[in-house]
This record gives sequence, structure tokens and C-alpha cells, in this order.
Amino acid sequence: MKQATQLAAFCGDPVCTDRAPASRKHFGVLTATLLVCAPLLTAASQPPPAPAISPPATAAPPDDGQWTMPAKNYASTRYSELAEINEGNVKNLQVAFTFSTGVNKGQEAAPLVIGNTMYIVTPFPNIVYALDLSKPGAPMKWKYEPNPEPAAQGVACCDVVTRGAAFADGRVFFNTLDGHTIALDANSGQPIWNAHIANINIGETITMAPLVVKGKVLVGNSGGEMGVRGWVKALDAGDGHVVWTAYNTGPDKEVLIGPDFKPHYDMDKGKDLGVTTWPPEAWKIGGGNMWGWISYDPDLNLIFHGTGNPGPWNPDLRPGDNKWTSGIFARDADTGAAKWFYQWTPHDLHDYDGINEQVLLDMNWQGKPRKVLVRPERNGYLYVLDRTTGEVLSAKPYGPVNSSKGVDLKTGRLIENPDKLTGTGKVVRDICPTASGLKDWQPSAFSPKTGLLYIPHNNLCMDEEGVEVNYIAGTPYVGMNVRMIPGPGGNRGAFTAWDIAAEKPAWSLKENFPVWSGAVVTAGDVVFYGTMEGWFKAVSAKTGDLLWQFKTSSGIIGQPITYRGPDGHQYVAILSGVGGWAGAIVSGDLDPRDATAALGFVNVMKDLKNTTTAGGTLYVFRLP
Amino acid sequence: MRPVVALLLSASLALAACQREERDTRPQSALGSGEQPIPVTTLEPGGQRPSPADNKAASFEANAFHLSEGKRLFGWFNCSGCHANGGGGMGPALMDEKWIYGSSMESIHATIRDGRPNGMPSFRDKIPDDQIWELAAFVRSLSGNAPSSAAPSRNDDMMVHPSENRMPDAATLGKSP
Ligand code: HEC
Repeated sequence: MKQATQLAAFCGDPVCTDRAPASRKHFGVLTATLLVCAPLLTAASQPPPAPAISPPATAAPPDDGQWTMPAKNYASTRYSELAEINEGNVKNLQVAFTFSTGVNKGQEAAPLVIGNTMYIVTPFPNIVYALDLSKPGAPMKWKYEPNPEPAAQGVACCDVVTRGAAFADGRVFFNTLDGHTIALDANSGQPIWNAHIANINIGETITMAPLVVKGKVLVGNSGGEMGVRGWVKALDAGDGHVVWTAYNTGPDKEVLIGPDFKPHYDMDKGKDLGVTTWPPEAWKIGGGNMWGWISYDPDLNLIFHGTGNPGPWNPDLRPGDNKWTSGIFARDADTGAAKWFYQWTPHDLHDYDGINEQVLLDMNWQGKPRKVLVRPERNGYLYVLDRTTGEVLSAKPYGPVNSSKGVDLKTGRLIENPDKLTGTGKVVRDICPTASGLKDWQPSAFSPKTGLLYIPHNNLCMDEEGVEVNYIAGTPYVGMNVRMIPGPGGNRGAFTAWDIAAEKPAWSLKENFPVWSGAVVTAGDVVFYGTMEGWFKAVSAKTGDLLWQFKTSSGIIGQPITYRGPDGHQYVAILSGVGGWAGAIVSGDLDPRDATAALGFVNVMKDLKNTTTAGGTLYVFRLP
Repeated sequence: MRPVVALLLSASLALAACQREERDTRPQSALGSGEQPIPVTTLEPGGQRPSPADNKAASFEANAFHLSEGKRLFGWFNCSGCHANGGGGMGPALMDEKWIYGSSMESIHATIRDGRPNGMPSFRDKIPDDQIWELAAFVRSLSGNAPSSAAPSRNDDMMVHPSENRMPDAATLGKSP
């Protein structure tokens, strides 16, 4: 089965016409490929054609060897053109240096590299370190301690993580758990401004990495489990003042919905839907937070961001579609004005936050060139949207899904499975995917060389029981007992290469634990990701064959990056350090006897405590 | 006008000079304020004194009604949102043998009433005192620290862990020492 799909992938023209020298190990596969692809081989002597699927050039400029934002570029491809490390030599990778972050919580951040300096930001207490890459052992250049309020730890739903910093114009921007966005001078580590934009006393925290677009720092709040109303703010990169705020629930005016708003589907048309699709006042505590990823298309001048789950999880308390939660907005990059919206999961029943990464690509779709947005969504579907309109071109499950029966491409609506409706006092069993989704925040990577999207994800199901819940500001507003179990096959995680054009997987690797790390793919046709056991893996971008692995000191839930060092050579970096929602059992020392601990995740991670321990360490690798 | 101002000024200066810092040469006992301070450490320079016991603790601790009320309140006040059903989440596990701030009724009562620095909210203005004691008693039952004859038994909800009356003492996990 795997072999067959591999061959299908090989026959997509980018691969057949642009073959990298194969190692001996792949000889069998390659011969088969040669035979199957024979008619196409005549093209091999000509220069390789432009890839069939590629990010818009303005959103993914030529690689300069740096890594200035977690997603690599505005298109969010997490693709590096560096190719010194390739399928043939990756097996020789060695540790170049390591660095302890000094924090024993989940390390979800991507390191940044600008010039000769690497920047890393730790989970709470959100220390920023600058390491000098030009000196042996990368000594510390400076560190900055923001000293966030310790009480913030109590209102962070799923470990006290951060997903990284962003660099622009000589400044490093990052968020603290207690709701500050801070700009540092990248050279000296001195704070330039500090904006307090979220309030822990109503349960707001900030865990996302900011994105800097046209002199504005874009930040959203976390708190979907605390009855927090979601928003995105644009702060002036110069002095930190708030330029605009867009709420994700409430009256059109506050959602920044105006005359330019043209959603594609009827279900998203109407006045003040952010109010009328809720019981009275419920939108004020209705979630829809923005703690994930933002992409930006400079040509369209649009930013794209998802919205989190509605609160509380128990759906009986909020009949209606609960706009604008569990969906995606396209907004004007200057004003924040909404351009279109699409709701992945109307009236969410299972905590399907809609905040995952969106990869911006240009491709031919059924014969026509389209500007698309590719989103592996929490509800289990791999969506391809037209990013100019929000129209759904494709929505195929990329793993086991039974909570819904597909997406109606006419109305755009998710087709719920009536057997899996949750509610007060009712235990519903075997719902797939879980609250953590077929995939959570962990970002995927796209290679224009293979046309494949590399998706780190989960394979989990759950039982759910709605329970009564009171809203008390600053405490959880969930109302659901959850107990997770492994998905079909028993492997709790998978790493899947998705053929975007063919709308099906090219190959998929099973992992024992959820793959809670991000991915990065390179022009050397190598994909890197980490496992919660602590393995840092390199697999072939074409076949998924394991090429190299290294056991780090703790489970990996971070985002790998690759960069060109001051010596001109290619490096690969990853933060190791287990935690996050999936690893909270270890980082929070939770008790596995309670099936509902960590919102039900502990039940399916009982053995993690006997597998790995907490501890944040940066690992950097290079060829000898 | 001017001489009056000058006079007033000099008078007030003179008065200020007379004002001496007040020093309490006989400080009150550590207990002082009306409330029950509970030490959060077992380390006490000069030797350990027995922690003050609150007589409410005993009356709430082994009482089946108070325990079951405590269980209800644990969901009602969203304790379960942060501590799950004892296994923990945003807050630490309460069913294990590890205590940051002490396992006594008095310590747990103080935790709930006053909060704790790393994210435990203070419920002082939300929960009446007797109900805090009920919660404290229930919290102790989660780690097997309540007589099985009094602790709550199975409820109608999803089975998430053995019922409190069957919970082994977390410190010994049911094994005799
Ligand atoms: C917003 C989240 C949150 C809520 C709601 C919450 N707690 Fe806590 N709780 C915490 C955190 C975080 C800590 C750890 C505090 C620290 O380490 O300083 C804690 C600590 C505790 C402790 C001390 C544990 C130890 O090891 O000493 C007890 C007991 C406790 N909570 C009981 C309760 C009860 C009972 C309620 C409901 C009335 C409650 N909590 C509500 C977050 C919460």
C-alpha cells in the first residue's frame, strides 16, 4: 500500500523531472520509478520546469539562509532552499552545540537566526536569549528576563508554552504569558517598548508567536477554555500602540466587518452574526481566540488567521452557529477590515479550534490557475480554499474522522455525524478526532520540489460527557469531561506527506506518541521533525524513509529550523523539552489515574512519564 | 499676609521635628490579625512548634454530608476546570501524595481562601467559609485522606477514576507501611 502511493507521488512531474541522486538504499524504489515514469523521462535533460505548486514569490522571497519568523516566510511554507544537507549525507549529521534554556516546561518555540545571532524564547517565564553564532560554542550575547506575573501560569490552559518570537527592522518581538508584547533591540537586548494587552484576571494569556507585517505586530489572545472573547490586535512596531483590534465574536463593528466583507457562503452572510448566532450575551464569553498562525499575502494585501473554539465546550449552553469561532478570516493588512470568512466547524461540539497554519500557494486547480490557501484543520480535513474568496475547493480527511461525514462543497458546511453530538449528561464514545484535533497547532511544511505538504499530527479518539458549568471570570469555562484513547491502529501519532494536487496522502509514518512538533523541509529533500520520546528525525521528502535520527534529552514538541551559519555551512536547530497539552502529564506532573486530567489528554499519555522527563535544551546539528 | 504664612510654616516644621517614628517595642505574637496563618513550610528556625489547629477542621473532615457537598462545590466553583477530577491540568494534581503547600485541612483551607502565587486564585470573596472547609475535606478525600465510610462513592457521570471512597491513601498507595 505504502509502496503504491509512493509511486504515485513519484510520478507527479516535479519529482520525475528533478531527481536528486539516490542513495543505494533507494535503488529499488528508484528503478520501479524509472519504469513507471519512463514516458516522462525525456524531459529530464531539459532544465526543470517551474514547480506546479509554489508559494507566491512576494510571500516567499529567495532564501537568504536566515530564519526571521517561525513559519520561515509569509506564505508559511517552512521550506528552506539550503541543500548542503541532503538525502545522501544527512546520516552524518553531528551535534554542533547545545544550550540549556533553564526552563522545564514545554518548548514549542522556533529559534530565529538573523545574521550571526540566534534568538530563542522560553516558555514561562519567557526568557529571551541571544547566542553568538560566530564564536565557538555559540556563547550567550545577552539575555532578557521579562519577569511575567507568576499567577499567569494558573490560567494557561495547556502548559505555559510560547510558540516563538519574530524579527523585523533590528527588533525582536515576543509575547509573554501574562499578556505583554515586548520589542527588544536585537543587538543589545534592551527593551524598546512593552505593551500590556491581555488581562490574566479574565483568563487571557498570550502563547502565540507574533507576526510582523508592514510595520505592525499582529498578536492574538489565548483563553478559549476560560470564556475569554477572542481578538487580534495590530500594534505599531515603532512604539507598540494598538492600531486596530478585531474581535472574533460580537457586533460587526467590533469584528471589523464593513462594506468590504464578502464571504463566499450564505451561512456567513447577515448582520451582526457574531451576536445573533449566540444566546443573549453569550458572545461576550464565547471564545474564538487567536493563538495560532497568521499568513500574509503581499499581493492581495490580506492577512489570514483562524479563530479558536467557542466556549464553553459543552454546546448545550450556546445554541447557534457561534460566529465567528472555529473559522478563518481574511483581513486587510493595514486596517484589519474583514474581507471574507469561512467557518470550518459551525457550532463546534468537540473543541475544534480553527487556528492551525495556512500555507499560501499558487497552483492549477482543475485546469485553472488559482491562488489557494492550504489548511490541515483540527476537525480532520485538509482544506484547499481559494484565498481571494474563501471558497472551498477541496476538503478531504487526512486521517480517521467520524465526528463529521464530510464537507458539503455547495454550502461549505461541515456535515455533522448525528451519532457524535455531545451534550449535558450524555456520554458519547469513540469520537475521532479528539479535542486536540487530528492536528493541533504543530505546523506542517511544504516543498515546491515534491508538491507535498508534510503534516505532523495526532491519531486519537475520545469519549465526551457534557457537564454543567458556571462562568466565573478567570476560571475555566469548559463543561465537558473528556477521556482520550488511541485512534485506529493504536499509533497515537502520524507524520503524513499529503499530495495536494492528488488530494491524497503520498505516504504516512506511524509514531507511537502524537507528533506534537512542527516540521521543516529543505531543497536537499530532507524533512525534519521530532517525537515525544525525544527522537529528532530526518526522513526523505520523497519516500518518508528514515535517513537519520538523534535522541535528545527530552521529548520534542518544538519547531525545527535550518539556516546558513557564519561559516557558510547549513545548520539544523530544534528545541527539545516535553510539555504542551500532549506532554502536560510530564511538564505538569499530572496524575495518570484521572482519565480527565489535562482536559482528557492524560488518559492517552499515561506511559509518557516512563518515557521522558522535562527539560529544555537547544540542539544544533551540522555535517562534520 | 506674608508673616502669617511664615509663622505657620515654621510652626509646622517645628511640629514635624517633634514627630518621632513610632516603634512597637513589644510586637504582637505572630498570630496577630484575626485570621489563621498557616505556615507553608515545615522549616522553622528555632525548632518546630505545632501548627495551630482550627476546630472547624475536625468537624468537617470525616463528615459524609460535608464531603459530598465538597464534591458538588468542586465542580460548581470550577475547581475541576483547573484540577480536573483530581489529576490536574492548569493546576497541580490533588490526588497524589505531593503537596506544595501542605496537606492539612488548615493548609488546604488557606490555599482556597487566599490563593497561591503560581496561579491558584483566591476564592475569599466567592465562597463562604464553611463551604471552603467542605471543599478542603473533599480535596483530602481525593488522595485517600478521608474515611471510606464517609467519602463520596461512584456518581452517575463518566467513570474518570476510582470513586473517592475507594481511593487508596496516595502516600502509601494502599500498601501498609
Ligand atoms: C484558574 C485555575 C485554578 C482554579 C479555578 C483552582 N485552582 Fe487550585 N491551583 C491552581 C494552581 C495553578 C495551583 C498551584 C499554585 C502554586 O503552585 O502556587 C493550585 C493549587 C491548589 C492547591 C494546593 C495544592 C498543593 O499541592 O499544595 C489546592 C488544595 C487547590 N489548588 C484546590 C483548589 C480548589 C478546591 C479549587 C476550587 C475552589 C481550586 N483549586 C481552583 C489553579 C486553580
